[in-house]
Amino acid sequence: MSCKKCVEKPVIKLINSNKTLCKNCFIEYFEKKVKKTIADYNLIDKNDHIIVAASGGKDSITTLYLLNKIFSKRKDVKITALAIDEGIHGYRDKSLEHLKKFCKKYKIILNIYSYKKEFGKSLDKILKTYNGVPCSICGVFRRYLLNAKSRELGATKLATGHNLDDETQSIVMNYFRNSLNVSARLGPITGIIPDKKFIRRIKPLYFLTEKEVTIYSFLMKLLDKFNECPYNHDSYRGKIRDMLNDFEAKYPGTKHGIITTFIQLLPILKEHYKKSNYIKECSSCGEPSSQEKCKSCQYIDEVIKPTL
Amino acid sequence: MKVYIEKINQYKNTKAKTVKELLEKLKINPTTVIVTRNNELITEEQKIKDSDKIKILSVISGG
Repeated sequence: MSCKKCVEKPVIKLINSNKTLCKNCFIEYFEKKVKKTIADYNLIDKNDHIIVAASGGKDSITTLYLLNKIFSKRKDVKITALAIDEGIHGYRDKSLEHLKKFCKKYKIILNIYSYKKEFGKSLDKILKTYNGVPCSICGVFRRYLLNAKSRELGATKLATGHNLDDETQSIVMNYFRNSLNVSARLGPITGIIPDKKFIRRIKPLYFLTEKEVTIYSFLMKLLDKFNECPYNHDSYRGKIRDMLNDFEAKYPGTKHGIITTFIQLLPILKEHYKKSNYIKECSSCGEPSSQEKCKSCQYIDEVIKPTL
Repeated sequence: MKVYIEKINQYKNTKAKTVKELLEKLKINPTTVIVTRNNELITEEQKIKDSDKIKILSVISGG
């Protein structure tokens, strides 16, 4: 068996086209797909300062590597990185070390902000007294800091490493929870109505599966040792992910089907939720919020302040 | 055949003629892993033998 484009040994069989590709043809396929997503959805414009939300994991490192590779020679586009240190001993400290080495090697500016400094406590400490779902509070604080800090640093857009698997999970989760209004905020570029305080998110890996991202990062030697968050168990997203992976194994192409259908529906969803999804300002911190008081300030008042 | 499974950081002994058969025997969903032989990626259809150094790496992010 050889690559369908040349005679080399294959490294992957693509699900959506049944093609087998060798190392070099796969790298070409992967990078072309990222460039096409950036061009088709106008993810990056002249004079953009793109901040990549980086954790040190394969998805964000791949995003940072490719955006730096594509745009580092252009003087009208700036690429930097932003990391959030939640304070998860044995997990985030290791991935941040990998990220720091990577940024040093490629001469990329990296800014790191921690929960401890910004909220007064690390996630490890917060969870000693908080009995709720760790991913819920952590996700709210991380998104809050990513938006606030990227705006402070002058970002025009925030790039994330979300891949096709992440997006299909979100679409199905929102569908199961009757939250179509939340799905309207998804897509390769987020945001329905322009807002001064909300930095739009872009997802250059949107049409690539988690397996394709892993293969690319393995071939490009970007992959660090497997490292799992100690709090990442029994989450709702994890259950949806397992269900979709089981379905994908039995019926290949399921995830591509979900994304292709969603992309066709997205303009209708955005138009429908244009009025109801308008962004308010949090009455406490002034950050963008869909509620009177943002979720981050609610957690600070209810979980952090009583234990300080 | 001795196979290293990265996610659980363990070696397992099993017999299989192809990667596909190997994953089926170990009850591992092929969409969740990549497989290497002597540190080179291989596809599910490829044949494997007892002397090969096989590693199964997880594609799922750690959180």
